[in-house]
Amino acid sequence: MVDPVLEIRDLRKNFGALKATDGVSLDLLPGEIHALIGPNGAGKSTLIHQISGSLKPDGGTIRFLGQDMSGLDMAARARLGLARSFQTSSVAQEFSALRNVMLAVQARQGSSLRFLRPVMRDRSLVEPAMAKLERVGLADRAHVPAAELSHGERRQLEIAIALALDPKAFLLDEPMAGMGPEGSKRLTEFLGNLRREAPILLVEHDMDAVFALADRISVLVYGRIIATGKVSDIRNDPEVRRAYLGDAA
Amino acid sequence: MKREAIANAGLALLLLAVPLAASTMGEPFYITLATRIAVLALAAVGLNIALGLGGLVSFGHAAFFGLGGYAAGILATHAFNAEPLFFGIPSTTSMPVIWLVAMLVCGLIALPIGAISLRTSGVYFIMITLAFAQMIYYFAISWPAYGGEDGLSIYVRNSFPGINTARPLPFFLVCYGLLALGLMLFWALRGSRFGAALQAARQNATRLAAVGIPPFRIRLTAFAISAMVTGLAGALFADLNRFTSPSMLSWHMSGELLVLVILGGKGRLFGPVAGAMLYVLLEYWLGGITERWQFFLGLILLGVVLFARGGLMGLIAGKERHG
Repeated sequence: MVDPVLEIRDLRKNFGALKATDGVSLDLLPGEIHALIGPNGAGKSTLIHQISGSLKPDGGTIRFLGQDMSGLDMAARARLGLARSFQTSSVAQEFSALRNVMLAVQARQGSSLRFLRPVMRDRSLVEPAMAKLERVGLADRAHVPAAELSHGERRQLEIAIALALDPKAFLLDEPMAGMGPEGSKRLTEFLGNLRREAPILLVEHDMDAVFALADRISVLVYGRIIATGKVSDIRNDPEVRRAYLGDAA
Repeated sequence: MKREAIANAGLALLLLAVPLAASTMGEPFYITLATRIAVLALAAVGLNIALGLGGLVSFGHAAFFGLGGYAAGILATHAFNAEPLFFGIPSTTSMPVIWLVAMLVCGLIALPIGAISLRTSGVYFIMITLAFAQMIYYFAISWPAYGGEDGLSIYVRNSFPGINTARPLPFFLVCYGLLALGLMLFWALRGSRFGAALQAARQNATRLAAVGIPPFRIRLTAFAISAMVTGLAGALFADLNRFTSPSMLSWHMSGELLVLVILGGKGRLFGPVAGAMLYVLLEYWLGGITERWQFFLGLILLGVVLFARGGLMGLIAGKERHG
């Protein structure tokens, strides 16, 4: 078996009496899209926060590319190659779309302690950033402040920022959230191709997208993973149907 | 952006033209007034790096302003009395050396203060920076060797090679030149990679961390640079008044610096210059009419905060746009 890119073992997080993460083990394999689904309050966001480093687990391990990430903060994990997108768009609102992506290119290149050279005249920042915006179809909006972008465009911007990090794995938290059907369709197609560049751990509510994209699905309910498997297995798993999909699915 | 460039050039020329005219008309008082504007503006340019670019509301920048002032005062006193500083190192009255010492001291002290303060944010950051500044204030008051509460006189203004700093106009030009350098530094920082990260830390620190840049390190660096510029202004302020006192370190001074930046427009290149001009002119005109001039300053500040968030520069040059 190939080594997983991301390897989560027996992860635990309690908030008082609530077991938000209750012994979760999960692998992200090279080249796959691994979807994490579950009803509201199942602990998906808590899990994502622990993987990305904004929340400290009570127990268990998270290994990324074979390295234990316990002692690393969010920035250090990002530098290792874990690119994260946010459930609600989180960008620098006053900066243009281009400058938001340039910030990621700059982070990828290393030092931000350069004090004099103007970034807007730095082709090693502008050109790669522009290329990422073109890939997500946002090039014509490059110079618009992020605050003035539409909701859907900000979602695209999040993806462009993640791309600019040239990551070893993507951690996408509901990338389709609030997108129209047309946008969701385009993004589904885009993510389908993206898995060839780096595997994706995808948290998503849009079941059409999940079933179209996922190589494997894990179902999280009350902080536990009740099933992991191929799309067809999950669709037919009686426990999953009862707990989550409902009999209509 | 073009409108702002014109406004900036206008302010820069105005600040230069008034003392030149005053000099030909034999009115040295107005040169001193312009020097005061230039020096306070430079101190506020320093604060503008932390506050305007980084969103760090430091209520303790008087600490650096005062430390710069004491650096000038202490070195001048030792040189005047021909006493070595320590380990037999002779003191100096050379401004460039004094400026370097002032900036070095402020940078070195800003690092631990920043490292502790930046663990907090919001109102706690404001209070911790204030607390550190007050510690230094009380230290200065209770240290009789350097004047304690009475402060420290500089009997002869420190010297600059090739320039007669005792005369008002040359000294103004020295201060004006340093203000210009300070503004260039601010402009360069704002456009640089560091500036991009710093402004992103203000807008959305989580986003900055998520792309792999630790906000803490960026903010701490900005805090130290900011302190060094304000410290340099403090050294000039001491030489302008030929006097250093604990009042330079007091929380009134910290508040005054915040007022200058907010009045002028935080984050704007010439905000501190516009703010210092208005402040010093109000102090002079209104101060001549009534001792309660700060009441009117309060009204103006209230107006700016309520109706003109971009400060004076926002009124003159319109809303700021990033590239």
